[in-house]
Amino acid sequence: MSNVIEVTGVSKSFGGVVANHQVSMEVPEGRITGLIGPNGSGKTTLFNSIVGYHPIDEGSIKFEGKEISKMNVQEIARLGMLRTFQQTRIYGKMNCIQNLLISIPHRNAKFMDMFAPYDKELTDKAEHLLEYVGLYQKRKLLSGDLSFGQQKLLEFAMALMNEPKVLLLDEPTAGINPTLINGLIDRLQRANTDFGITLFVIEHNMRVVMNLADNVYCLAHGEMLAHGVPEDIQSDQRVIDAYLGAH
Amino acid sequence: MKSLDNKLMLGLLAFGIFGPVLFPDYTFQIALMWIMVLFAQTWDSMGGQMGYNSLGNIFFFGCGMYICTVTQVGLFYDVGDYTSATGSNVTFSDSQYFIGLGVGILAAGVGASVLAACLGWTVFGLRGPYFAIGTLGIALSAGELFGTWDWVGGGSGVAIPVYPGEADHKSMFFYTLCFLAAASTFLFYRWLFSTRFGLAVNAIRDDEGKADAMGLHTLRHKTVAWCFSAFFLGISGALFGNLTGFVEPLEVAFPTATFGIFMVAMSLLGGSGTFWGPVVGAIMFHVIKEATWTYFLGWQWVALGVIIIINVVYFQQGVVGWMQEKWPEKFGIEVDSSMSMEDEAKEAAQ
Repeated sequence: MSNVIEVTGVSKSFGGVVANHQVSMEVPEGRITGLIGPNGSGKTTLFNSIVGYHPIDEGSIKFEGKEISKMNVQEIARLGMLRTFQQTRIYGKMNCIQNLLISIPHRNAKFMDMFAPYDKELTDKAEHLLEYVGLYQKRKLLSGDLSFGQQKLLEFAMALMNEPKVLLLDEPTAGINPTLINGLIDRLQRANTDFGITLFVIEHNMRVVMNLADNVYCLAHGEMLAHGVPEDIQSDQRVIDAYLGAH
Repeated sequence: MKSLDNKLMLGLLAFGIFGPVLFPDYTFQIALMWIMVLFAQTWDSMGGQMGYNSLGNIFFFGCGMYICTVTQVGLFYDVGDYTSATGSNVTFSDSQYFIGLGVGILAAGVGASVLAACLGWTVFGLRGPYFAIGTLGIALSAGELFGTWDWVGGGSGVAIPVYPGEADHKSMFFYTLCFLAAASTFLFYRWLFSTRFGLAVNAIRDDEGKADAMGLHTLRHKTVAWCFSAFFLGISGALFGNLTGFVEPLEVAFPTATFGIFMVAMSLLGGSGTFWGPVVGAIMFHVIKEATWTYFLGWQWVALGVIIIINVVYFQQGVVGWMQEKWPEKFGIEVDSSMSMEDEAKEAAQ
């Protein structure tokens, strides 16, 4: 089993605030890895470092064995590592189909591809993915008019349209009602099995992360606190203390 | 919408052809109207469709004008000698004139695009109001710089080679060129926005950070969009220079406070970000402007100011934008009337 993401000794400070300190971790290929931790523990900072949102202070980040810590967001996305946002981000003044069409992979985009038309194949694929996440009925609506939960699903479909190798999901179930969460977990698992996408998920909802992930990392105060299979993490005293605030 | 689309285009085509025949006294004004349509459309391809509000697009208009003039003269004479004698020392034969004009117009378009590509590398690092002010700075400083550049006539300007023919022929000739320029701009953008490019620039407008995160080549799209815009603006500058016969930096080539702002005002009036908006806005704006200049002389700027204020404060979506909100189905936009609490509840029950 090879690791698709390898983070070694990564530190990142914002002014005097140390958001990540000497963080090391691995995401094995083809699996679902979870990342938990109390608010402000540096989970999103770690995500941002991995996908190139900001330069890191020290350490190394490798994607498929290739050093990516000096690359920018677009280049990393084109390698096949994509992230979704905690605050869902979609193109609000475009309809759902258009949102998917513009999300096609740009990995090998040549200059003249900018002026290519959208062929039937792509439109079909977009409709198929909208059906997959249950938004087919709403495909012609402006995505900005969808409910928050539907926008989350749309963002997920956009990520699938991009055919990533790895998908980093920042709190995919935040703000979604409990019944819809089950559907989402199911779809995430199927994305992993059907499309072979490696998932790396930040999640606050313990039920979700324990159901979903094969192995879980726990961050606290910017440092990697624990790592293991969900059962071990759940009973790890340090993790419980970090969440409940023991001294 | 499709049939309305065609009707509108046919109407404009008919007016383009028969307008100067029916109203020969207004040929210059109608020619100017087509240039305004071109202005609004090239501005909106950036401002409305891509969310980058440039206040300095007039830069390409002025540069196109100078590039064309220098080409027209420079192909046959020394430009420095010509400008220092304010053009009185030479004459152009018919063939020299038309070759110079043809090459000049093309060079204006290409030259302006090259400038846009070079500038794009720096100014596209700016976002929102910083981009607007940055581009405004480029246009203002260009006017001042050209004013000190004696080789192209400096502040006193340069006369453009005189059209070899009757005045009536000249006005019809340049009218035709202006109409063709506006029509090609329109058809070009109509095609462009039907390709992947259209969705890409819309995505940049809606959320550029997201587009970056999805791996879209955002800088490439932004630069190319600006180059297209500059190409047509350069050509319009070349035509406008020849139409007036004299190029001068502040009032003719880089009129930032008039034409430069009109571009924005026309797009907003018609409906920024809609395809027909800039066209409709430009025609309305131009007609209102000419009417107030004729009938309310002395108050014309006040009238224009009032229109802009009403537009910006009470009517931000513009004419076509308002129609799109009122009759979305006609514009191919579907609205789900059942989208409500009910819907959320249904979703939850699934």
